[in-house]
Amino acid sequence: MLELNAQTIAFFVFALFSLAGAVGVVSSKNLIHGALYLIVSLFGGAGFFVLLSAPFMAVVQVLVYIGAIAILIIFAVMLTRSMTNMTELFNRQWWMSGIVGILLFVLLTIGVILPVWGENGINPSQPVSDNVATTEDLGVALVDGNQYVLPFQVASLLLTAAMIGAIVLARDTDTE
Amino acid sequence: MEQQCINVIETMALCLTSSGVDPGLAQFISIFIGVILVAIFPLVLVIILIWLERKIAARVQDRIGPNRVGPFGLFQNIADAVKLIIKEDITPAGADRLIYNLAPIIATLSTTLMWAVIPFSPVHIGVDLSIGVLYFTAIGSIGTLAIMMAGWSSNNKYALLGAFRVVAQLVSYEIPMVLALLVPVMIAGTLSMQGIVVAQLGMWFIVPAFLSAVIFYISNLAETGRAPFDLIEAESELVAGYNIEYSGMKFGLFMANEFMHAFTANLLFAVIFLGGWSGPGATQLPVLGFVYLFIKTLIVYIPSLILRATVPRVRIDQMMSFNWKFLVPVAIVNVIMVAFLIQVTKAVGLAPAPGETDFLAHLPQSVILLLGNLVVIAGILTYLRGIGRKARLESTVVAKAHDVPQVAAH
Amino acid sequence: MSVVNEWAFIGVFMALAWVLPAAPLAISWIFRPRRPNAIKMQTYECGVETVGDTWVQFKVQYYIYGLVFLVFDVELIFLFPWAMAYNQLDFFAFAAGLLFIFLLTDALIYAWKKNALEWA
Repeated sequence: MLELNAQTIAFFVFALFSLAGAVGVVSSKNLIHGALYLIVSLFGGAGFFVLLSAPFMAVVQVLVYIGAIAILIIFAVMLTRSMTNMTELFNRQWWMSGIVGILLFVLLTIGVILPVWGENGINPSQPVSDNVATTEDLGVALVDGNQYVLPFQVASLLLTAAMIGAIVLARDTDTE
Repeated sequence: MEQQCINVIETMALCLTSSGVDPGLAQFISIFIGVILVAIFPLVLVIILIWLERKIAARVQDRIGPNRVGPFGLFQNIADAVKLIIKEDITPAGADRLIYNLAPIIATLSTTLMWAVIPFSPVHIGVDLSIGVLYFTAIGSIGTLAIMMAGWSSNNKYALLGAFRVVAQLVSYEIPMVLALLVPVMIAGTLSMQGIVVAQLGMWFIVPAFLSAVIFYISNLAETGRAPFDLIEAESELVAGYNIEYSGMKFGLFMANEFMHAFTANLLFAVIFLGGWSGPGATQLPVLGFVYLFIKTLIVYIPSLILRATVPRVRIDQMMSFNWKFLVPVAIVNVIMVAFLIQVTKAVGLAPAPGETDFLAHLPQSVILLLGNLVVIAGILTYLRGIGRKARLESTVVAKAHDVPQVAAH
Repeated sequence: MSVVNEWAFIGVFMALAWVLPAAPLAISWIFRPRRPNAIKMQTYECGVETVGDTWVQFKVQYYIYGLVFLVFDVELIFLFPWAMAYNQLDFFAFAAGLLFIFLLTDALIYAWKKNALEWA
């Protein structure tokens, strides 16, 4: 069923990174360690993009998520004092959240994953083809009048709003 | 089967396969050997680089520099490395051991990884990624993370403060650097490093993208922590910043990484703006490509060494204002100007066809772009002169107001 | 599959290249003396005893620089495919890119005027 070639091995390695990193984020007692585990998990995500023949997205993941967002998360963790040693990992409703988590997983599998990518689904498992679009096609699509030029501009508006909002929130209100 | 060398990897695998080795294994062996070669090269080079730096700094300061150990002091660094290896490693109490030990390795790894996409000659490149330019930007941002880890895990206030300042500096100067990189990408039409070098066979990009080259050079100085932006190692201010608690070979690795990073940044400048391996005879004899590339890198690297020994350090607030209030707006104006002029030259019909290697075919567009660059630079200088004049007028007015009472007292 | 094959080089590189910096560290671990004592292991504070917690008053300014950097980083991510395909596009693409850059320059000017970029 699964042939053991380099791609499969790479897939399992990246899956291990993503999952182990995610488990580390939620179960580590030291917030900074949690942030570093997050970086490992994001790195696994970048690996998946490479396996899907989308190297641009992989590099964007590393550049933006690991190079900017993870650093901001570490800064934010350091803004809060003495959060480096938490004593309790679980609160008293851990059994409830466990049940909800398992239910969600089952729901996703039956409702979304199997009908689309399962054996009788709409899009049965097929290997990633070689005819993938290049970054140049992405560039053309971003400014083409019939394609994505409007989302392109809306994205820039969103970024402007984000920056203005962040500055309004973060600046000192008494130096006005 | 006789096939021409396209890429160190592809040919070796083919030759191994043709001599009876299993194709998958042959591919892996060739990748393995390629990785070893590309990874060892910078580490070996750094020994000579440190020597070069010390000699040049010494000559600028009118002294000789290392000259005892070996001829012209060439083995000084080996002696230093041996000293660092046998030094006791003092890990501070309360330091986070795993991250403390991991930080220098990740920092060095991030610099070494950049060498995988550098085209040394028409046929020698680690791997010609289709997004090479973005790749080395992303890898550079991993280096920033390593410094953060180093500063935090030392369990030392000064290390943490130093690490914050360094990360703020590195992160800020990444923006004009990447903005300046947009221009060669626009002119070449590709993100792959080999593609950018091939696009320069007609005209080196330093001519049409002059302002971008200047911005890229300045941002590189700041990104690698070189003078005048060397707050990272401001010995008189923060006692070596994030390096405080590092001793022995870990400190040696950080230092070696800094020199290697500076050289790599200048190597990238040579590849993107000075034509990489291109030169007379490089396509026929690949070894010449290596030679040309290193000569061009030294042409830009040695001035940065001399700059280091010459220029005073800037303050952190001056550095940040310089970046966000000067370099970023200039870089944005530069991108818009080049974009506009490329469209104009294309509409008029002066742009060369893609793939042209003729110097004269590239000349019209390059000259127009160069003129555009010079106009923007002239505009900026005039604006700065206006500001300077206003500031000087204000200070002389203030001085005159102070002079009057003294004259009256006589 | 050639894209993935290219990245196999980078994958092997990441898996192997960390050995090279780790080797001097390993050699050092074999050869160096080990004489820890309490005074040597103290944190460095210009030669005196440490005063107060190892927690530093974190300036919000660092965070603001990081935020502005993040927004510009994402902008650059959008601009790279635009720049890559630029040679084959027409004036409409220039206008679209110009509008995009202009909106973000707007945000930078706002940050500048509100003194968010001061190191104070």
